Amino acid sequence: MATIPQKIVHQYLRHDKKFPHVWCAGCSNGIVLGAIIRAIAEMDINRDDIVMVSGIGCSSRMPVYIDLNTLHTLHGRSIAYATGVKLYKPYMKVIVITGDGDCTAIGGNHLIHAARRNIDLTVILINNNIYGMTGGQASPTTPHMAIATTAPYGNIEPDFNVCNLAMGAGASFVARTTAYHVQEMQKYFIEAINHPGFSLVEVESACPVIYGRLNKKGGAPEMMKSMRDNTIPLAAYEKLPKEKTEGKTIRGILRQEVRQEYCAAYQDLIKRVNVKEGK
Amino acid sequence: MQSKKTKTLEPQTETKLAELQQTRERRTVLMQGNEAVAYGALDAGVNFFAGYPITPSTEIAEILSVELPKRNGVFVQMEDEIASICAITGASLAGAKSLTATSGPGFSLMQEGIGYAKITETPCVVVNVQRMGPSTGMPTSPAQGDIMQSKWGSHGDSPAIVLYPDSVKESYELTIRAVNLSEKYRTCVILLLDEVLGHMREAVCLPDLANVRVISRIKPTVPPHWYKHYDENQKYLSPLASYGEGYRFHVTGLTHDSHGFPTNKSTEAFEMMERLRKKISYNIRDLVQIESHKMEDATIAIFAAGIVSRAAKAAIVMARAEGIKVGLLRPLTIWPFPDDAVRKMLRNVETVIVPELNQGQFIGEIQRLTKDKSESNVISLQRCDGTLFTPNDILRKIKEVS
Repeated sequence: MATIPQKIVHQYLRHDKKFPHVWCAGCSNGIVLGAIIRAIAEMDINRDDIVMVSGIGCSSRMPVYIDLNTLHTLHGRSIAYATGVKLYKPYMKVIVITGDGDCTAIGGNHLIHAARRNIDLTVILINNNIYGMTGGQASPTTPHMAIATTAPYGNIEPDFNVCNLAMGAGASFVARTTAYHVQEMQKYFIEAINHPGFSLVEVESACPVIYGRLNKKGGAPEMMKSMRDNTIPLAAYEKLPKEKTEGKTIRGILRQEVRQEYCAAYQDLIKRVNVKEGK
Repeated sequence: MQSKKTKTLEPQTETKLAELQQTRERRTVLMQGNEAVAYGALDAGVNFFAGYPITPSTEIAEILSVELPKRNGVFVQMEDEIASICAITGASLAGAKSLTATSGPGFSLMQEGIGYAKITETPCVVVNVQRMGPSTGMPTSPAQGDIMQSKWGSHGDSPAIVLYPDSVKESYELTIRAVNLSEKYRTCVILLLDEVLGHMREAVCLPDLANVRVISRIKPTVPPHWYKHYDENQKYLSPLASYGEGYRFHVTGLTHDSHGFPTNKSTEAFEMMERLRKKISYNIRDLVQIESHKMEDATIAIFAAGIVSRAAKAAIVMARAEGIKVGLLRPLTIWPFPDDAVRKMLRNVETVIVPELNQGQFIGEIQRLTKDKSESNVISLQRCDGTLFTPNDILRKIKEVS
């Protein structure tokens, strides 16, 4: 076996298991995985106490590569499985890796209800605007009139604003960043994992091989540059005149508030019941 | 119901529990089938319930929402049945003994999750209080329409363990057994109840907790780097670590190797499928439970499960009063199917009547085993209108064939 370089990321990967990974050249998923690992390392959490849960899709293949407690579940159901793990072992940090189709189409119901409960899960939604694993079908975040293999004449459906959806459902921490903004992403991951309540970080990602090719967005570097140029930090967005923010996406922590977390509420309920029962 | 008549008939259950009934202090209470399931779950050590309201199983959730917090267990009402099966599977991987309860439409929604629990060999129990289908059907009417779904409902080959009680007391006992078997065999065990059984009240005497035999999953003793999540030891019953214990294993619904990592190798896929199959088929003796009632001298046998067997027993009393020698073979475990017992029955009697509250599900299994008998000896009696067989319905058939 080749010697393993001793960068932080390498200490967290399952080298002897399932490499090489399944992701295409130019895919952003590896960048996100790197940022998650550096965030975990920086926070110095015992990795035995972290569970990484995912559903089905390109991004959801991530848990197999990382040396944590890992759970690769059914399409759309990662948040429901994570809810079970978290409720039974509330001290564990539960990170959900999901994609736009997995989380907002088939798993939309679980997303909004976990947000409503404000259960302490950290959902990292890697949004590549398309179903990559099945070859490029339109997802709920495929932009209006973009091309997909199931929208060959342009997608006539409007797309979801995932962060607004989560906030509307009651998520107490919501942030958006892109795969280009690696350090910002890492910072948001730390904030989200530390946040006592439901947190969602939407990471815009590049899928040059499928989405990029179908929509003539160029290769990975061009798509990266586009994420740099077409997003504006929240603070700047509010100051800029409307014509300069037209068509641009906001990056930043869009909501960060503390309200009662579900597992804590359940523990309170147990205490209340047992006092009443005289135990 | 013919409860007065049937109550006098000898109960056939797990011998240990039956013995215990005689030794402990008796306190009889009037209890519903759904209540019995809830208390059976608690006595079996279930400490995690996730569910969604659905008639006729809702009482199970309601009772556990009262009782679980008192025992530091978790009760959560999820957004749908899909989320419920997912949550109990996740909790089980974290170490919980988990259970959910539902009925037909919810059971259909859970099928993908049941398949996931089976391929990942995660212990959990699904209680399906059957109602009349298909679709929304008749929510408060009985039917035995989910016999085949409980085995074949999830896509792909996935051997099933399905238990089927016939009384309130047995609902309690088989709930405990379902939890025990799920822990022992690391799989999703299904408990089928009839709608009528879920809502029927009978006098039940529950055993002292100290006398209830509870089985829990085997924990690994090896250091983490030696741990295999699907270790092939004797009879395919391998230890199971929980999240948070330092083992850091991977669980996936993809076809996997013995460590749990996804594989596309046909040899490893074959090994995994064989493991799932053999886990059940090598342990048939432990899994199959049947009640053989007045079969010693019978020339006509009735094969019936659940609530139908109660009417059959009453019919047997009436038929025997008229000198017709009828017996009953009742499976307490319907999957794996009690092939040996059925073969023996087919050898020993002239006619088998198979009454069932569906359009013919058990009958096919019996016919599958009738190699050396002409098919006319196996007679189907079907009812699929939301009502039960009366003892007279069955008696009439007995007289017809005798």
